[in-house]
Amino acid sequence: MGLLLSYSFAALTNSIHHALQNHFTNPLMALVLEMVMVGLSLIVFLVLLSFTLGYVERKVAAFMQIRIGPNRVGPKGSLQIVADTIKLLFKEGLTPDTADKFLFNLAPLIMMVSSMLVIAPIAFSKGFQIWDINIGVLYVSSMSSIGVIGILMAGWSSNNKYSLLGAMRSGAQFVSYELSVGLSLISIVILSGSLNINDIILSQQDGWWIFKAHIPALISFVIFIIASTAEINRAPFDLVEAESELTAGFHTEYSGMKFAMFLMAEYINLFIVSAMAATLFLGGWMPFHLGHLESFNHLMDYIPGSIWFMGKTFGIIFLIMQFRWTFPRLRVDQLLNLEWKYLLPISMVNIILMTLIAIMGWHL
Amino acid sequence: MFLKDYFGTIFKSVKSLLKGMKMTGYYFTHQKEIVTEQYPDNRATLQMAERFRGEVVMPHDQNNEHRCTGCQACEIACPNGTIKIITKQEILPDGKKKKRIDTFVYHLDMCILCNLCIIACPSDAIVMAPNFENSVYDKSKLLKILNNPGSKIMEGVE
Repeated sequence: MGLLLSYSFAALTNSIHHALQNHFTNPLMALVLEMVMVGLSLIVFLVLLSFTLGYVERKVAAFMQIRIGPNRVGPKGSLQIVADTIKLLFKEGLTPDTADKFLFNLAPLIMMVSSMLVIAPIAFSKGFQIWDINIGVLYVSSMSSIGVIGILMAGWSSNNKYSLLGAMRSGAQFVSYELSVGLSLISIVILSGSLNINDIILSQQDGWWIFKAHIPALISFVIFIIASTAEINRAPFDLVEAESELTAGFHTEYSGMKFAMFLMAEYINLFIVSAMAATLFLGGWMPFHLGHLESFNHLMDYIPGSIWFMGKTFGIIFLIMQFRWTFPRLRVDQLLNLEWKYLLPISMVNIILMTLIAIMGWHL
Repeated sequence: MFLKDYFGTIFKSVKSLLKGMKMTGYYFTHQKEIVTEQYPDNRATLQMAERFRGEVVMPHDQNNEHRCTGCQACEIACPNGTIKIITKQEILPDGKKKKRIDTFVYHLDMCILCNLCIIACPSDAIVMAPNFENSVYDKSKLLKILNNPGSKIMEGVE
């Protein structure tokens, strides 16, 4: 049992890497094969993740609304999402006659690709990263911004006034909330001094940033969660794609597999945003350490890093899901009001506060 | 003053948001409060409410007597002609002629369960029964005669 708990994924990846290099004489072949393996396992992981998050969302929504949720298909309703996916696969993928065919087909692809690219620098466990890039935080922030192009393309190419309106509102919302997200990410980068995700996690060895830099980090965390919920077009900020709004907004004209790709991209974005919050503010795969108490830290180290990471990420996912089923939807002017008059000034003041704390050494 | 309003707004809204989250958190953790009835599994113990509107029936007592006087008030009150009353003239022992009900024709396939006939009845002859499993494969089974054959009106109703 102790052996299982201390299993390190880094050993697995290193052994596969060495096995491939010994087998193939051409190093390029080994690299290409390794990339194909990583890509395939990532796609399988993301599909399983979408299924799990879809099921969790429906059950969490049901329990919060004093009802039961899916419980007939499979044990406790776990195969309901599989049944829904099979239904979507069989649906006719209708393209409107006057739609711009190239952009219409490209839009869900761009959203999916931009969501999947962001998984590269996220550290699931010690040494278990796809790409340990030096500018990890900047990469995540900029790659997730490409998603808005997919939404605008979908709204424009549908040749539908209401889809276009929904897509334009989404563009405005996305671009505004990105400022608050960026400023919150920067406030933690000030403390750790590096954009590298591994460095940020290692700098939390003696406690997570949300505890060490008390007040500004807490404000940053709250602003990051609120702004990220708006970034991924999720309730209460889902004016652009809600079921009863503007006839489903930018994905009105989509059906079948393309619609399923939009849904999957949304769940992957949810996972990414929670993973970033967990990595930057709650320490990623770093267990809960208290300063330099050696014995307590050793005890916490028995739980493997991947379980810490998944636990924190799913905790934040649950929080974001609770937002959806608690709060009423915001109107578009209330949305922009919230960002430009409240979140942005507070984040800017928070950056100044955080810099002051970092210089004077008032953080732990 | 502006700053006081600004921060006042923020704190008030955060307080109300947290109150909302406490409520949904309570419902998430206390699953005894779930009100969903798992229908086909609980057919044996199903309890419908007293005011549930199923189909219209005419209750008969143990002497096969009902309370319907044949006044046709329910037929007039029904919005889409689901009820048809066929009356007959009956000669009482002391020689007087009285209108009595012969057949109470009730089209269950047309009834919208609006309860207006129950409200209109002056002698409480008809009630709404709590059964809702009325699906049949043969449409003629939905044409019901509500008064039992050989039944007559109770003493002292009219």
